[in-house]
Amino acid sequence: MSAETGSTDFHASSSKALLDPSLRANFRRAMDGLMAKRAAQFPDPVEWDALRTLAASIRARTLAKLPALLEALEARCTANGIRVHWAETVDDANEIVLGILRARGAARLVKGKSMVSEEMHLNDFLEKNGVESLESDLGEYIIQLDGETPSHIIMPAIHKSRQQIARLFGEKIRGAEYTEDVDALTATARRVLRRKFFEAEAGVSGVNIAVAETGTLVLVENEGNGRMSTHVPPVHIALMGIEKVVEKLEDVAPILTVLTRSATGQPVSTYLNLISGPRGPGEKDGPGEVHLVILDNGRSRIFADQEVAATLRCIRCGACMNYCPVYTRVGGHAYEAVYPGPIGSILTPQTEGLAKRHDLPHASSLCHACVEVCPVKIPITQILVTLRKESAHASPEFLVKGAGGGRDRLEDLAWWGWRMAHVSPLLYKAMSLGLRVFGPLLKGGAGPLKAWTQARTMPRRAPRTLHDLASEKGLPDA
Amino acid sequence: MKPEAVYFFGTCVVDLFFPEAGLAGIELLRREGVRVIFPRGQTCCAQPAFNCGHHAEARAVARVQIALFPRDLPVVVPSGSCAGMMRHHYPELFAGEPDEAAAIAFAGRVVELTQFLVNVLGVRLTDRGGPETVTWHSSCHGLREMGLEAEPKGLLAQLGNVRVAPLTRERECCGFGGTFSVRYPDISSAMVADKVADVVQSGASVVLSADAACLLNIGGALEKTGAAARPMHLAEFLWERTRER
Ligand code: SF4
Repeated sequence: MSAETGSTDFHASSSKALLDPSLRANFRRAMDGLMAKRAAQFPDPVEWDALRTLAASIRARTLAKLPALLEALEARCTANGIRVHWAETVDDANEIVLGILRARGAARLVKGKSMVSEEMHLNDFLEKNGVESLESDLGEYIIQLDGETPSHIIMPAIHKSRQQIARLFGEKIRGAEYTEDVDALTATARRVLRRKFFEAEAGVSGVNIAVAETGTLVLVENEGNGRMSTHVPPVHIALMGIEKVVEKLEDVAPILTVLTRSATGQPVSTYLNLISGPRGPGEKDGPGEVHLVILDNGRSRIFADQEVAATLRCIRCGACMNYCPVYTRVGGHAYEAVYPGPIGSILTPQTEGLAKRHDLPHASSLCHACVEVCPVKIPITQILVTLRKESAHASPEFLVKGAGGGRDRLEDLAWWGWRMAHVSPLLYKAMSLGLRVFGPLLKGGAGPLKAWTQARTMPRRAPRTLHDLASEKGLPDA
Repeated sequence: MKPEAVYFFGTCVVDLFFPEAGLAGIELLRREGVRVIFPRGQTCCAQPAFNCGHHAEARAVARVQIALFPRDLPVVVPSGSCAGMMRHHYPELFAGEPDEAAAIAFAGRVVELTQFLVNVLGVRLTDRGGPETVTWHSSCHGLREMGLEAEPKGLLAQLGNVRVAPLTRERECCGFGGTFSVRYPDISSAMVADKVADVVQSGASVVLSADAACLLNIGGALEKTGAAARPMHLAEFLWERTRER
C-alpha cells in the first residue's frame, strides 16, 4: 500500500526470509522452547501480574526522574573511582572507547555481550582502527566468526543450527575438528577464549542495571565470560544506554527476577556481577581502571515524548520477540536493525526516524502477544499505532523523528473514501450493493486484492446483509 | 441484572460477509426475552482506520456510530475485536475532543456477545444437534483486549454432543491483522497457512471463533487449500444447534 522510499525495507527482507524453510524451522523450534521455559516460570497469573506491576512501576518511577538519577549515578560512580563518559551519538561513544584504548596502548580487547556495542557497531569501528575486538559470549563469538549480526537480543546466534556451527568452527578455528557435539564445540570456544582473556589489554561489557544510589553496575550472564571480561583485563569499559539507571539497590531484585525468567526461563542467572569500582588497595583482583560510557543515541528524544516514552522502560529480556508471530516466521535479520521483533519495531523507527523506517510500525498484526508477556508492561501495540499515525501525518504536535515520513497520498485518498462510505448510511448501502454486484467480477488481480488472494479465496458478499435480515425480522431501529 | 432491551452493533464484516452470525446472535438474545434494537445507520467500529493511524477518519466514523446508540442500554457486539475497539480505544480516540464524555459513556456500555450471554443473561443451552468435532480459534483482540476465554468455552461446554479438539497453537494470531494482511502478504500468508494446518490436524469439521474477521481469513485460506473444515461464528453454531425447529 505505502510507497517504500526508505533505504531499508522489511517487505523485501522478510519475504526473502520466508523462502528459507530451515531458517523458519530453526526459529519456530527455538521460540517454542523459550516460550515454554518462560511460561513455566510464571505459572500463577496473580503472581505474574504482581511481579510485572512492580517491575513496571520501578521502571516508570526511574524514568520520571531520569535526569536527576543520571547525575546522581555520575557523582556516585566518580566517588567510587569509576570514570564516567557521556556520549550523545554512537560516533561519540566509539571515539571515547578508542581514546581510552589509545591512551593505554591497548590493541587487544575482549567483549562481553552488549547490545549498546551493537548499536555502536563497535567491533567494526575498532577493527578499522587497528584494535582486535573479540566477542566472548558464545553466541556472539559464533556470529562474529561468521561476520554476522545478532538475530535475537538474548540469543544472538539462534538462527544457526548445530550443524552450521560445527561447519563454521571446523573452517574458521585452527585445530578444530568437525563435530556436532555441543560440549565439544563449547570446549573449543572456551580454549580459544581462555587465552584471549589473559592476553587482552581491555575488557568491554554492557550494563543491565546501573544503581544511582550506590554507583553499582549490575551485569547478568550465564557463561562467566562477563565476569572474565570485566575482571581479568587491566581496564574495564562498561557501555550503557541512559535509560538503564535505577534509583536504589532495592530496585534491582524485582527487575532481575522478571528479566531472567522472561528471557531464558531461569529463576536467576548463573552469574550476577555487581561492579562498584576498580581494584582497591589490597584487593587481589579486578581491573585497575573502570570506565562507564553512557550513550544517548536518540533516547533523550524518546524520553521527551510522552506518547512513546514508555519505550525506554525496556529491560531487553527478548520475551516480546519470542512470542511474536511475525518475528518467529522471519527471524531477526529481516528487520535490518540492531533490535528486531516488537521492541525493535517501536524503537528503531524512533532512533532512525520514520522517514527511513516507516515499514516497521506496520510489521505487526497487532495481536498483542508481546504486550501480554512484556515484564515491564510496555504498551507496544499502542506505540505501534502512535508511530503509524505520526508516520502518516506531519504535524507540529508529532515529536517522533521523521514524522510524516511515511505519508502516502494514495493511501490518504483511500482512507478518505473509506470514511465517506462509513459516515453516511446511504453511501455505505451503495458500497454494500456495489460489492454484491461488482464483487464477483473482481478476480483478485491487483493491489490489495492480489495480496489477499495469494493465500485465500476472494470474500463473497452475502446475498442479504445483516441490515436486510434485521429489516425482514422487523427489528426496531431505535 | 437483565436489561429489558439491548442495542446490537453487528459490525461491517458480519453485515457483509457473515450476516447469519449476526442474526444468530440476535436470536440468542431474543430467546432470553431481551428486546433487540438494531439501529439501521450503523456501519463500522472504525478500527481499520484507527489501527492504521488515520485517526481523524476513524473519529468521524466512530462519532456517527455513537450517535446511533443514545439510550443507556448495553451495546452488544458479536466480535471481540470491534468490542475492544469501542470499549477500550474510543476513549483514547476522543481524548481532548468536545465529545469525549459521550465517547467514554458509550464505551462503558459496550459488551461482547458471549460475555453478555454468560455474565449478564446466564444462558443455559440445550444441545439438539448430532455428534460433531469442532475447534476453537481464540481471536487475539477478544482474548487479549476483552479477556474472552472462559465465556465462549463455557458456552461450548454446555453442548453435550460437541467435542472440542484444541488447536496446538490456539492463542496464536491467524495473520489477518487488518491491513497487515495486504501490507505484508507473505508474512500474513505464512501465518494463515500454519493456522490452516493446525485446524486440519485437529480433525475438526468446523473452526469456530467469536470474530468474523479471523473467520474471513482462516475460511478463505481453508477454501483455497481445499480443506474440508469450514469456518463458523460461534453465535451461529450455538444458535443452529440449540434452536427449536
Ligand atoms: S519490550 Fe518488554 S518484552 Fe520486549 S525486550 Fe523489552 S522488556 Fe522485554
